[in-house]
Amino acid sequence: MPEEHYLNATYGIRSWLLTTDHKRIALLYLASVTFFFFIGGIFATMIRIHLLTPQGYLVTPETYNKLFTMHGVAMIFFFLIPSIPAVLGNFLVPMMIGAKDLAFPKINLLSWYIYLVGGGFVLYSFATGGLDTGWTFYTPLSSVYSNSAVTPAVIGIFINGFSSILTGLNFVVTIHTMRAPGMTWFRLPLFVWAQYATSIIFILGTPVIAITLLLAGLERMFHLGFFNPALGGDPILFQHLFWFYSHPAVYIMILPAMGVISEIIPTFTRKPIFGYAFIAGSSIAIAVIGFLVWAHHMFLTGESTYAALAFSLLSYLVAIPSAVKVFNWTSTLYKGSISYDTPMLYALGFIGLFLIGGLTGLFLACLGLDIHIHDTYFVVAHFHYIMVGGAVMGYVGGLHFWWPKITGKLYPEFLARMAAVILFVGFNLTFFPQFILGYLGMPRRYHNYPPEFQVLNVMSTAGASILALGYLLPMLYLTWSMRYGKVAGENPWPATGLEWRTPSPPPTENFDVTPVVDWEPYDFKNRPDLGLATPTGPALSPAHGDD
Amino acid sequence: MQAQLPFYPEQASNFAPSVDSLMTFLILVSVFFSAAITAAIVIFFFKFHRKSKDEIGVPIHGDMRLETAWIVVPAFLALAMFGWGAVVYVDYRHAPQDTLDIYVIGKQWMWKIQQPNGRREINELHVPVGRDVKLVLASEDVIHDFFVPAFRVKMDVVPGHYNTMWFRPTKAGHYQFFCSQYCGTNHAVMGGWVTVMEPSDYAAWLSGSSGGDVNPVVAGEKLFAEKACSTCHLGNGTGRAPSLNGVYGGTVRLADGSNVTADDAYIRESILAPNAKIVAGYQPLMPAFQGQLTEEEIMSLTAYIKSLQSQPVPATGAGVTAPGKK
Repeated sequence: MPEEHYLNATYGIRSWLLTTDHKRIALLYLASVTFFFFIGGIFATMIRIHLLTPQGYLVTPETYNKLFTMHGVAMIFFFLIPSIPAVLGNFLVPMMIGAKDLAFPKINLLSWYIYLVGGGFVLYSFATGGLDTGWTFYTPLSSVYSNSAVTPAVIGIFINGFSSILTGLNFVVTIHTMRAPGMTWFRLPLFVWAQYATSIIFILGTPVIAITLLLAGLERMFHLGFFNPALGGDPILFQHLFWFYSHPAVYIMILPAMGVISEIIPTFTRKPIFGYAFIAGSSIAIAVIGFLVWAHHMFLTGESTYAALAFSLLSYLVAIPSAVKVFNWTSTLYKGSISYDTPMLYALGFIGLFLIGGLTGLFLACLGLDIHIHDTYFVVAHFHYIMVGGAVMGYVGGLHFWWPKITGKLYPEFLARMAAVILFVGFNLTFFPQFILGYLGMPRRYHNYPPEFQVLNVMSTAGASILALGYLLPMLYLTWSMRYGKVAGENPWPATGLEWRTPSPPPTENFDVTPVVDWEPYDFKNRPDLGLATPTGPALSPAHGDD
Repeated sequence: MQAQLPFYPEQASNFAPSVDSLMTFLILVSVFFSAAITAAIVIFFFKFHRKSKDEIGVPIHGDMRLETAWIVVPAFLALAMFGWGAVVYVDYRHAPQDTLDIYVIGKQWMWKIQQPNGRREINELHVPVGRDVKLVLASEDVIHDFFVPAFRVKMDVVPGHYNTMWFRPTKAGHYQFFCSQYCGTNHAVMGGWVTVMEPSDYAAWLSGSSGGDVNPVVAGEKLFAEKACSTCHLGNGTGRAPSLNGVYGGTVRLADGSNVTADDAYIRESILAPNAKIVAGYQPLMPAFQGQLTEEEIMSLTAYIKSLQSQPVPATGAGVTAPGKK
């Protein structure tokens, strides 16, 4: 381990709370998103226990409604959306492009404080009456009829939005202006491309959700008739505005995870990623087309048939860049030198779960089929496959992959592989039965259900307990490894990115000298510094061979 | 779970077989792609596993033909899914002529249903087998959704809007319906049962109405007089407002030169916010009834106005044409 690095460069609580180091801010975010993940996880556990019996096992209907609402709000706005961008993105974007920090380090710290203030309002809402509107806040339920603490919650989410906007702005400016000499756009790691695409959505989409929830709050507090038909408003208008952000927000959650997978797969196959330009381009395509599909959440609100046809077609269009990514990742395995290290298990698990999540998205985009499966457990299963199977697997996989860089220590490999397998099994057992429940007709957000659905619900709850174990294990051994783990060294895998060409943990300034990039991304063949064999000869054969 | 395929619910409407076929098609495509990708991953995983510590993979950067293939082939499959889905949906969103119209009102947390002859039901819906049934949906408070899994149909029930849904029951029996748009505390118990009966049984059931039910046309006629609608909307077209005889279902010409179909939603809007659409040749004189009528009263008025169409049109009110006389 290096003598001095970003973790021990300065000491004391002030040196953390006032830091402008992107790596320390990443760790501040890591602690806070983990806190919200834990809260959201407790709510989820209670939901699954409650659904063990048809009449509901644990809580009253009011409490159940609050549990699933608060689960959604905590997980989506305060865990999934910030998780990869604000933790891994913050830590890695400057290092991957060879910069000392983000373009606006103080604004980066401000983002975290804004997140805390927003989170504080939401926790206040949870503690003082809770929230029972569903995370979707549909009007006029949220703006007129709900008796729960809606106002502080929408204020909290409104405030938190600015944290996302500032992070996005910071990333876009950094990626445009601070790339090291030789780091051209097409030499950028695909993780950076994914963060760039995500940042565009942050900047363009977040203001819309902020203003929408503010309007709902104003209607609630001052009876201004935006959405309430009794005051001349239109409840459907709310849904248009809400989904204009909240559908792209799904891509905010999944795109960064796709970026993580695109880093892990070349590293553990030791070959260039198949179709680099197609994977990079598909991230941008998803970000752009993702803004044009929102009303596919509204096929059965009575929207015009023509609008439904257009939004269905556009939804199929956005599926194609996602499919392109899956095909390219799979092809990268061909003739690779594949290892079974933990991050690779997460990446392969991600592909499998994202595949199911993505394919079932086609079912919901299908107009005729959506008539039946809309607002059932089929939808619940689908978006958990994307957000938990996809985004969270990507996040946890990424944490393992960069853990040696972040902490300088290795985690216990065997335990970590076990946890990855447990997560995969537990996840499928939890959520696959919900597809069947949905097609059989069980509506979502039900605190009780007809008895014929019990078997599948019990299976789901059993899976959830395995899943919980799968999450607890990494929390424990990763924490343990910070103190007791083996020293990782600069580049343990080894991987090709710039972040691996500096000590672990890195110094505060990231690099002693500004790196100059004269190699293509994921090129293992022409990188003698990695100490690997080349197909034609031993490790130290001439560096710049033909390609 | 007692259906044709183990995980498909019972089929009891004209839409059930078409939705299930669509489902089967999408499952087959999905299973094919999942199996292909999974097989590739498993085979590559074992075949190309790392053999020595310093081994690297073969540097393959991509292949234009493969990229093209896996953009074009999924695009065609996606188009097929879209097209087939669109056909089913468009059919579902356009009710046929001559339906049995039943009014359904959702409110926290119950369903109030009224048959064409005025017979009322709560959390129960009786319909005849083999007849096209159209539900006209309204909400007294928040958004609800009327969902019958055995029919494979649902539609949101939105306050301030009329939505309609239709289906043709194909099998007598009892089928559960649910509210499937989250609507507050007792969302999960806001459901009931659809009873599909043989037409003769349905007719007998309908006439067995208990004394308290008032025919909506009669109730609407009474309201029409009480709310003083009848002082301006004279039947002979000489009043300050257009005659309503024969209006329902026809085309109305508006002051701005456009045309509008006089359906339930138009009638509703014209009662609640009459200045939104002014009939050609008339002044905007009518007071707005927003907030002064319940959804049930509006439905009764609509039923009354609808009943007027069978009477002869005594005078051609300006801009109003009877159906079929464009």
